[in-house]
Amino acid sequence: MNLLSHSVLAAGLPMAEEGGHAPVVAPDMGAGGVFDLLWLVIALPALGAVLLLGVAPFLPTSLRAAADKHGHLLGTAMAALSFVLSLVLFFALLGRDAESRQVGQHLWTWFETGSLTVGMDLLYDQLSALFLLLITGVGSLIHLYAIGYMEHDPRRRRFFGYLNLFVAAMLVLVMSANFVGLFLGWEGVGLASYLLIGFWQHKPSAAAAAKKAFVINRVGDIGLSLAIALMFATFGTADFGGVSELAGEASQSTLNALGLLLLLGACGKSAQVPLQAWLLDAMEGPTPVSALIHAATMVTAGVYLVVRSNFIYDLTPVAQTAVVVVATVTLLWGAILGCAKDDIKKALAGSTMSQIGYMMLAAGLGPVGYPFAIFHLLTHGFFKANMFLGAGSVMHGMNDDVDMRHYGALRKAMPVTFLTFAMGYLAIIGFPGFSGFWSKDRIIETALADNLLVGVLALVGAGITGFYMTRLMLMTFFTSKRWEPDVHPHESPKVMTVPLIVLAALSVLGGILLFNDWIVTWLEPVTGQVEHHEPPLPALVITLIITAVVALGVAAAWFLVGRREVPREAPQDVSFATRAARADLYGDAINDAVVVRPGAELVGGLTTFDRVGVDGAVEGGSAAVAGLSTTMRRVQNGFVRSYALSLLGGALLVVLALLAVNLG
Amino acid sequence: MILTVLILLPLVGALVTAVVPAAVARLVGLGFAAATLVAGIVAATQYHVGDGMQLTETYTWIDSLGVHYALGVDGLGLLMVLLTVVLVPIVMLAGWHEADAPGNNGAKAFFAWTLGLEAMSLAVFTATDVLLFYVVFEATLIPAYFLIGGFGRAGRGRAATKFLIYQLAGGLIMLASVIGLYVVSADAGNPSFLISDLAALDIDETTQRWLFVGFFIAFAIKAPMFPVHTWLADTTEKATTGTSVLLVCILDKIGTFGMLRFCLGLLPDASQWATPVVIVLALISIIYGALVAIGQDDVLRLIGLTSLSHFGFIVLGIFVFSSNGSSGAILYMVNHGIATALMFLVAGFLIRRTGTASIREMGGVEKAAPVLAGFFLVGGLAAAGLPGLSPFVSEMLVIIAAFDHHWVVGSVAVLAIVLAAFYALWMYQRTMTGPDRVGAAPVVDLDRREVGILAPLLLALLLFGFYPMPLLDVINPFVHDSLASVGIGQEGGPQ
Repeated sequence: MNLLSHSVLAAGLPMAEEGGHAPVVAPDMGAGGVFDLLWLVIALPALGAVLLLGVAPFLPTSLRAAADKHGHLLGTAMAALSFVLSLVLFFALLGRDAESRQVGQHLWTWFETGSLTVGMDLLYDQLSALFLLLITGVGSLIHLYAIGYMEHDPRRRRFFGYLNLFVAAMLVLVMSANFVGLFLGWEGVGLASYLLIGFWQHKPSAAAAAKKAFVINRVGDIGLSLAIALMFATFGTADFGGVSELAGEASQSTLNALGLLLLLGACGKSAQVPLQAWLLDAMEGPTPVSALIHAATMVTAGVYLVVRSNFIYDLTPVAQTAVVVVATVTLLWGAILGCAKDDIKKALAGSTMSQIGYMMLAAGLGPVGYPFAIFHLLTHGFFKANMFLGAGSVMHGMNDDVDMRHYGALRKAMPVTFLTFAMGYLAIIGFPGFSGFWSKDRIIETALADNLLVGVLALVGAGITGFYMTRLMLMTFFTSKRWEPDVHPHESPKVMTVPLIVLAALSVLGGILLFNDWIVTWLEPVTGQVEHHEPPLPALVITLIITAVVALGVAAAWFLVGRREVPREAPQDVSFATRAARADLYGDAINDAVVVRPGAELVGGLTTFDRVGVDGAVEGGSAAVAGLSTTMRRVQNGFVRSYALSLLGGALLVVLALLAVNLG
Repeated sequence: MILTVLILLPLVGALVTAVVPAAVARLVGLGFAAATLVAGIVAATQYHVGDGMQLTETYTWIDSLGVHYALGVDGLGLLMVLLTVVLVPIVMLAGWHEADAPGNNGAKAFFAWTLGLEAMSLAVFTATDVLLFYVVFEATLIPAYFLIGGFGRAGRGRAATKFLIYQLAGGLIMLASVIGLYVVSADAGNPSFLISDLAALDIDETTQRWLFVGFFIAFAIKAPMFPVHTWLADTTEKATTGTSVLLVCILDKIGTFGMLRFCLGLLPDASQWATPVVIVLALISIIYGALVAIGQDDVLRLIGLTSLSHFGFIVLGIFVFSSNGSSGAILYMVNHGIATALMFLVAGFLIRRTGTASIREMGGVEKAAPVLAGFFLVGGLAAAGLPGLSPFVSEMLVIIAAFDHHWVVGSVAVLAIVLAAFYALWMYQRTMTGPDRVGAAPVVDLDRREVGILAPLLLALLLFGFYPMPLLDVINPFVHDSLASVGIGQEGGPQ
């Protein structure tokens, strides 16, 4: 009844006439066939996690030894099965009409009160279908790779349990049909990330990095929690269906608040400024973790959140502008960090931050940008996972050294790693024809059409990307040998190189998704009709400009790094800019000054105050007010007698009072 | 009759345990606790969801004063009863060897007092006569006092006294209100202490407010809330962890139970009148408790103070007067009981191994004792409201309700999710991770008995994290009735 009147109202809103009206999520909740198995995509890796983490430690010793020895196979199999099912589901979705590609499944009622109901409901549509393939596909490859990478770690079973837990949680995140379920997955991946960053927790730096990541993410979660609360207060529901249906009639300030709160959540998870400081530290985790969680999947959850909430963002230009500003700052911020880092993983992490900035930028541009945000998310998933695993392969051959100043000329010692890494490199800088070329090109083009300044800054970012990636490439695979004396670089085993080859192929060919504008058309029912903006210049000219700017960055790296001798120690007499970039642009220093130090002082002060102030006041005050200090002292003797006496006294008082009332 | 049986079983058990030879005292005590658990389950099976107060027994006690021996349970009472009967055997098993440790008063006394406390707590949760409630409310202090004073670390005597003084002060203040209620009832012509009779009274505004203040102060001390919470940290620091579970997970619930039963149930207008002040105190408790917890060095003191924050959430949920808030608060009472019990018991196992409760003297435990570390982490994450573990649902409901009440209230309360993550994970980082402690023997991991004690709690956290409906199905009808009596419909606004 209510819903009906709402939709009639919404249809008459001016938004709809402008073509900017956001699409409504209305899944077919009982599609039948293979779609009845949606739950299984999540259940498979979840089962793996339960068996490896919850059951294996409590098995009898001999069985536990077997579990420790073969557990990784179970974990990998679960991820692979989930991938196979995701493929089947994807083709089943392809087989449906374009209008009926939203299917859902109601699993059970999660919780319910007199005024709200939250279901464990799944949504499988064009957007989540792509995520399923990315998460389980790249996830399976990384599981496979980790078999080799973690071979000598005594806790390998547990590592695979955590990886399975992560995959299951990430699938919950992208398959939930409401924001509360999304939050369940959101926190689940946060937990998995915490456990995996701190996997080598005997290292204090790893344990500290894990906690830092979780706590900063929780700051973002304030935004997501409040957004959920605001949705219930405004719409009485947090289902995508209900919110998308009713969003049109919420007040502008409510929509602005929702958009900004969701953005805060996205900033935490996706390491966008100002909640970016955890990502570089997160590189303390084993490299497969960096590839899976901190490059290809989890850190892109913020982009998913914004694109998924398009029915909110389309109605709030204020929040969209905020997304664009945050994204633009971050894409430059991350790129600058990437230029100054000598730690190969941290350089790649800076690059991840920057690339997610591009995705966020596209997402902030509205329906015209959403498909490109997702497109870049997918291609980045391929080439960044590829390069992180490549970096892991390099570290594997270099006794786990991460300092690029100790690398050099590794292309001969590790030919497969070099060649596959090179594919990722060409993709990320946007070499014509490679996957990143197509996806980044479209984002910059769209940004230029929307706002010249933002577009130019994104263009500058592309140039810097060309610089830092070339620097990384040169310092690692070219230039002169600068190895530590006892290092003998060697190619990694097949179980590690095969995933590299597959990911390299995807890095090259990923652009195929844009063939015939396939991904744009595919996502249109989810992300909405595209309003066509004419770019300020013809598309081909823009492409040429971008390519020229990237070439400039590459050339600069060649002159500054490639043609010179790379010192084994980082030079200290550097410019202010380099020093700032090495110090993560003072992100930690700012956090310390603004939050950590005042926070520590507040906690210290309150702790003393609680012991001395409150306690003293209550103890002293109550005694004084009651004027019973002598009695108190007697009670404080701790004698049971005194207690019994006071109880008796109390009882007497009752009886007397009762008598008085009764007689009176 | 079942409720009387439920109270008598542990009461008789306490006496029997106290007189049997020490060699069998523990088994006898556990037997009575198990029997009480069975009685509790029987009571639950006889309970019909949605039928209001039931399993009632009413006998006149003092006719001329209108005092009754009257028992009954509704949804709220039933859940508190079940929480109690489930936790007591777990506490006994966890303290099986501990109470015999040198310096303690022996397992026999520990088991007997525990059963005594169980009996009095069950009486509190089932009493439907205000005077009966008051009597057993005060009577819980006797076993509690001896449990704190007789077992635990040095300084426990002082902690026990402090506990007693606080509780007695609260009790005395409440007594004034109990008498006041009677006066009103007598003035109306039919003196009675039955809650059902008192609820039907039309109490004038000023009187309601005075009576409210008396009850509220007593329950705020019990719960506890800022600024009358300082007995809590001292008590949990000095007492054994088993005692802390009994106190914080069961006995403290009497505070919020009483707020729902007496403040809202009998004095609805005054409760609404006091809302602004109570909400501010609840918010202070939430934030202050979490901040002070961060600053602690003693594991047990830290865990105790987290409860200050959690009780703030419960009180907040109660006093925003909406179905989300009330359902969330009652669910929180159950979840907090499970999660905090897990936390205290793991911490107890940890401290027995390290020989210290000081965080800065620990480190690197995870390497040698991964299972212990795992339980410790899950407990901490539950306290931090991680989705998938049961406290999340209740905390989310309270935050939603608080935000609905006023966005500032919701925005302040939500800060706790960051602070809680910090105190939980920072404690984990300092105790469990990093290199081994220099010179210390490696910590032995949990044995099968200890895992068996903790596993039910952990499974309950997961089960109710993903499927809390069995609890909510009991809670929601109670909330519906209780809000209707306050004059508030399900949508949150006045009818």
